[in-house]
Amino acid sequence: MKTENLNKNNKDYKYGFTTDVENIRSPKGLSEETIRFISNIKKEPKWMLEWRLKAFKRLKVLKEPDWQKPKYPKINYQNLYYYSAPKSASEKPKSLDEIDPKILETYKKLGIPLVEQKRLNGIAVDAVFDSVSVATTFKDELTKKGIIFCSISEAIQNHPELVKKYLGSVIPLSDHYFATLNSAVFTDGSFVYIPPNTKCPMELSTYFRINASETGQFERTLIIADKGSYVSYLEGCTAPMRDENQLHAANVELIALDDAEIKYSTVQNWYPGDEKGIGGIYNFVTKRGACKGKNSKISWTQVETGSAITWKYPSCILQGDNSVGEFYSIAITNNFQKADTGTKMIHLGKNTKSKIISKGISAGNADNMYRGLVEIKNKAINSRNYTQCDSLLMGNKCGAHTIPYIKNNNASSTIEHEATTTKINEEQLYYCNQRGLDQEEAVSLIVNGFCKEVLQQLPMEFAVEAQKLVAISLEGSVG
Amino acid sequence: MLNIKNLEATIDNKHILKGLNLDIKPGEVHAIMGPNGSGKSTLANVLSGKNGYEIKGDIKYNGESLSELSTEERAQKGIFLAFQYPLEIPGVNTNTFLRTSLNSIKKARGQKELDTLTFLKLVKEKASELGINEKFLSRQLNVGFSGGEKKKNEILQMKILQPKLSILDETDSGLDIDALRIVADGVNSYKNKENAFLIITHYQRLLDYIKPDFVHVLSNGKIMKTGDAELGIQLEKTGYSNIV
Ligand SMILES: Nc1ncnc2c1ncn2[C@@H]1O[C@H](COP(=O)(O)OP(=O)(O)O)[C@@H](O)[C@H]1O
Ligand SMILES: [Mg+2]
Repeated sequence: MKTENLNKNNKDYKYGFTTDVENIRSPKGLSEETIRFISNIKKEPKWMLEWRLKAFKRLKVLKEPDWQKPKYPKINYQNLYYYSAPKSASEKPKSLDEIDPKILETYKKLGIPLVEQKRLNGIAVDAVFDSVSVATTFKDELTKKGIIFCSISEAIQNHPELVKKYLGSVIPLSDHYFATLNSAVFTDGSFVYIPPNTKCPMELSTYFRINASETGQFERTLIIADKGSYVSYLEGCTAPMRDENQLHAANVELIALDDAEIKYSTVQNWYPGDEKGIGGIYNFVTKRGACKGKNSKISWTQVETGSAITWKYPSCILQGDNSVGEFYSIAITNNFQKADTGTKMIHLGKNTKSKIISKGISAGNADNMYRGLVEIKNKAINSRNYTQCDSLLMGNKCGAHTIPYIKNNNASSTIEHEATTTKINEEQLYYCNQRGLDQEEAVSLIVNGFCKEVLQQLPMEFAVEAQKLVAISLEGSVG
Repeated sequence: MLNIKNLEATIDNKHILKGLNLDIKPGEVHAIMGPNGSGKSTLANVLSGKNGYEIKGDIKYNGESLSELSTEERAQKGIFLAFQYPLEIPGVNTNTFLRTSLNSIKKARGQKELDTLTFLKLVKEKASELGINEKFLSRQLNVGFSGGEKKKNEILQMKILQPKLSILDETDSGLDIDALRIVADGVNSYKNKENAFLIITHYQRLLDYIKPDFVHVLSNGKIMKTGDAELGIQLEKTGYSNIV
């Protein structure tokens, strides 16, 4: 095992600890053998293995995309482990008491005590530690309502009809390189099904953490909101500090049927690398939601403060008439971090609406790119999009870019796009300082004000954490 | 309270203050008048510690040299500047700003921070004294405020933060007569034996309401003349030309 660099200089990243647990790993490298190993250890049915192998076959003819702004050194896929699980999880624990105390301790350090505190907060948590789901709280309460909230591995065993029907229905097997890679080797993730006319009584939440070194994390999340249902789902991510780059390539698929609504919030705080740009997570994630039914709604909210490179476009396919897609984003890049993020809104149904609010903040030597596609197809009459992209620059060495792609194929529909770029205003900082705020408080206040429209979208308890994260990620960036 | 000796200030190669002397004792009200561009705002900025000036000379505040202190440290020690042009901070609620400010100052002084309820009670009381509508306080700081509203908001902040030395930079400019009276009342109600005011103004009409102990004429980076309240009245009639 490679020695870990628990970089003492980088005091800002409070999640940078590793946990010493024994791991079970797949053979090194990407191969049919690895895929069979994963499928086998998860005791998957044959159809699942075949699906994976099909993806692997497709992968061989796909090329890694290179159109994105942030470039990265070539990833050696043969040098990664695709499955790493804490040993104690190989026989699945039946209750929280059976979970390795060290893992529970990790969650405590992350601020997610699984047992009592989340109960108080009313959040059901599915925690993914390296590659497997460790424990899901609140199962009983949810089961009473017919809600299924479990790991995707369990869903494959226990709800194969739902998984077969919806897995890959929004992100097809051969979509693009990283999505297909995920389809071949995904290890775990969350599965949610909300039955018709049911409002999920609590926020559902997953915490992802990469712990083992030289491990890629490929989780897969599938959320289905049946007719007339509602669910709000939260996702938080952290990883220890390591001087190597780690790959995270997740797929998230959302399906909203008639009159259903899904709210998906992410607070992404993967390790960003140190102040020289060494280490950090490559966060190459595919997130896509289908508003399949009429009057359905999918809303993405993301606060992206971590990762060395963030490359993702949570998207909505607005298939059902009158469906609504929303994307609220805060992307903060500091030091040598790079982000190329945005969304795609594809309007297919009549009277469909989409709204995009993006706030990009760049400091240090970082680069921040908003890239978004709004496409209104010819049958999507009377559709609307409103896009607002604001960039805030701190200092002279960072960059902000906005690339909107707009395709409107019918005259009854409108697309509006507004964009601003501003520098953090010295006079505003002076004003705050004159009122007794130190530089960091002042920056945090001004930046949180800049991000307000997005922060407002987050559930209360996440909003507070997100505001703190915003402040922490920009520490030392001015003055 | 404040002793300024031979103060010089230069910014971007422009020599603005050129040997300024001023002494202010607790309980005093000093007015500074002077032509546009004479260096009044520069003096206010230098006292509150704005970055970018090259400073010579000496400023003592309660016996302590200010030169090593940051803007926020000066604010925490009781220096307050009502800005000539108060800044807008989008997305930040006025109440939040006021509370963050008050608590930063309290924290720095080792005092107990105010909880939300106590703070709201305080702010409501002070706002109503200034005839400021409560709704106002939940709006974004200074965003879309009229000129008069911005200035009243500065006085509200002063009354909440309770500074020892309050510098008012043309707070009266652009105010109608009612707003002017409210601002003056705000100052008068806060005035006491312990605190002092440095009021920068162009107009005698403010000094009709707030009676200064001293009036100084600042011109070309220096104080050219000092007198009592009479000097202000005289200046209103004759202009600066006789003096500078
Ligand atoms: N940053 C700066 N760079 C160059 N000149 C400046 C700067 N700030 C102020 N000045 C100049 O210094 C002079 C005094 O400015 P100021 O103190 O604002 O005057 P007042 O408030 O008395 O009207 C003016 O001529 C102004 O243009
Ligand atoms: Mg001025």
